[in-house]
Amino acid sequence: MALLTVSGSPHIHGDDNVKKIMYGVVIALIPAMLVSFYYFGISALILTAVSVISCIFFEWAAHKLFFKGKTTISDGSAIITGILLAFNVPSGLPVWMLVIGALVAICVAKMSYGGLGKNPFNPALVGRVFLLISFPVDMTTWPKPSLPFLTTNFTVDGLTGATPLGIIKEGLKQGHTLDTIQNQLPHYAEMLFGQMGGSLGEVSAIAIIIGGFYMLFRKIITWHIPVSFIGTTLAFALILWLIDPTQYVNPLFHLVTGGLMLGAVFMATDMVTSPMNPKGQLLFGFGCGVLTILIRVWGAYPEGVSFAILLMNAVTPLINKGFKPKKFGEVIKNG
Amino acid sequence: MKTFKIGGVHPEENKLSSHNPIEILPLPKVASIPLSQHLGAPALPLVEKGAKVKVGQLIAKAQGFISANIHASVSGTVAKIDDITDTSGYRRKAIIINVEGDEWDESIDRSNELKKDITLDAKQIIEKINSMGVVGLGGATFPTYVKMMIPEGKKADVLIINGVECEPYLTSDHRLMLEKGEEMIVGVTILMKALNVNKAIIGIESNKMDAIQHLADIVKKYKGVEIEPLKVRYPQGGEKQLIKALINREVPSGKLPIDVGCVVQNVGTAFAVYEAVQKNKPLFERVVTITGKNLKKTANFMVRMGTPVNDLIEAVGGLPENTGKIINGGPMMGKALNSTETPIVKGSSGIVIMPEINACRIETLNCIRCAKCVSVCPMGLEPFFIAALSELLKFPEIENESVMDCIECGSCAYICPSGRPLLDNIRLAKNKVGQIIRNRK
Repeated sequence: MALLTVSGSPHIHGDDNVKKIMYGVVIALIPAMLVSFYYFGISALILTAVSVISCIFFEWAAHKLFFKGKTTISDGSAIITGILLAFNVPSGLPVWMLVIGALVAICVAKMSYGGLGKNPFNPALVGRVFLLISFPVDMTTWPKPSLPFLTTNFTVDGLTGATPLGIIKEGLKQGHTLDTIQNQLPHYAEMLFGQMGGSLGEVSAIAIIIGGFYMLFRKIITWHIPVSFIGTTLAFALILWLIDPTQYVNPLFHLVTGGLMLGAVFMATDMVTSPMNPKGQLLFGFGCGVLTILIRVWGAYPEGVSFAILLMNAVTPLINKGFKPKKFGEVIKNG
Repeated sequence: MKTFKIGGVHPEENKLSSHNPIEILPLPKVASIPLSQHLGAPALPLVEKGAKVKVGQLIAKAQGFISANIHASVSGTVAKIDDITDTSGYRRKAIIINVEGDEWDESIDRSNELKKDITLDAKQIIEKINSMGVVGLGGATFPTYVKMMIPEGKKADVLIINGVECEPYLTSDHRLMLEKGEEMIVGVTILMKALNVNKAIIGIESNKMDAIQHLADIVKKYKGVEIEPLKVRYPQGGEKQLIKALINREVPSGKLPIDVGCVVQNVGTAFAVYEAVQKNKPLFERVVTITGKNLKKTANFMVRMGTPVNDLIEAVGGLPENTGKIINGGPMMGKALNSTETPIVKGSSGIVIMPEINACRIETLNCIRCAKCVSVCPMGLEPFFIAALSELLKFPEIENESVMDCIECGSCAYICPSGRPLLDNIRLAKNKVGQIIRNRK
């Protein structure tokens, strides 16, 4: 008879594994990806493909050079980093810059710490911020989304314009009032579906929400971070708007523009870099929201979601320390 | 429907043998009866090589307060007292008896007649339970009489009977409730009398509706005994979880159920108490489920202690070709056996045969901090954190993480998507922290 296996209990395992979680996120990213292909055309497709392939390649290479054992490229996390990085750049970005971004995201932000699970910062965001600081002009030149599949005038990189957040920031800086600036902005409905300047993946709030609900349904994320992140941003923006509607923009505008949706649903919820306890997650989302508005309204950059999340990533270990689960039998109850 | 508040998982139930009535397993040729079938000190053997023994005869005596008597489960000649590998995996002393016939001790009432009237008083009942070697049959095998002796200054007001059987695969308690329901309920009334409480609640998970209905009909005749259906959720059979689920009391960390006024006993134990007190029958046989997805058939057997596991396997058509693991107990908390010669003991609620593909663990990856282990821990601990500290051998730090509260239910390792051996590391930590605490005293 063959030898019996002897090991400690439990002897069965739930059907969850890292691959399932990671590919679940990839599936959730598909709606937003399709929207980006639709609005930005072939360039979005190329950027996404290049980003994903470079991320997988760099993870494989880092593993070969510095790690022992099986490579981890099949776990799907490099694909997520690749897609999210592509989502965070303008569609006109030169491909070689994106490859550098992928190198930083995977090798510096993830593999140097020991690979998936050990990284304190969201790799895609590190890659994005690296690009933003290194190539500020290319990273803020926003080809306007056209409908390349519908119009005969196939000029993908022809039109460039600022993001709605950029338009407002510049306008206010030049001393215009919000009323005059707002005429240059797209309508809310257009913004909701992605008809505005912006990074690949951040343009359609609807597509991101669909992905978010899919992840909630699969129990990959919980509601805590997205709700508290978006809720705090809205509340903070509302307070400012009530104080002076001529200086501060309508809170709904903050909701549908820029990377708020993408950040709150896909980036801040990254389980590796966010707190583990639900209460800690609420605090994390709150911090992200406050920092986002602070940067958007008073910071040097028009957009603050990436910085806000990275800063909150840094305090995640502290939050984890501060918020412990309630232990069974800690409070004596009788009844 | 009631259940406990924090943590818990719901593994595939796989109660394959829930429709197999209890059958009597033929006697083994040789019975190896370990001297340590209970929590506490091993029993002291009273027989020598060559002695003739009858079924039910006391062959080893309890040593110390936490220990239990051992009775012969077969009649025959003592071949030797020797070391054998028991269910713990260690080699420990056992009395090995060559089986000859089936001659029972005359004092045992072998009739099937139901005896409802309790003639003994509380003290005599507890004494009887002690002398008949009754231990907790849920798996922990804590000597029952110790639990029944309420310490000075404390008072029990409710008896909780554990009919949860939350482990996947196992059905021995389920079948016992269906087939020996009334005897078991009489056992409950005996325990109530011994504890001087007038309320008992039997908690049963709702995947055993037939047992719930059957017992609900019976308890109409018994005052103070209630049946409570519970939502299916593991580890509801844990003492603290069951108390929380049924009467919403939380046993404080480091305390016992009696500190919140309860005593918890398993349904199998209640039945053993009935047999001990009413029939004068020592605990030498029990219901054992033998099950597994690849077996030709599954069964629930009434098995004498000391019967090799192999006898049960042969009775259901032999070991399948691709067997990878044999588990004594359920797949969540049971122990993997290293031999089919291991004897059935008081704590063996079931034998689960697992095919090779299920016997190996999934690949271990980095912790991705998904916090699933935290959300399923029924004790509100942080398994990932304790396990990580344990890997770094930082045992003094682990003490602050309430590691001794861990009930080793295995929910954390079950759920972990990275396949990390969380419970293995936590067990190590418990062991080391236990040493630190003992050394301080």
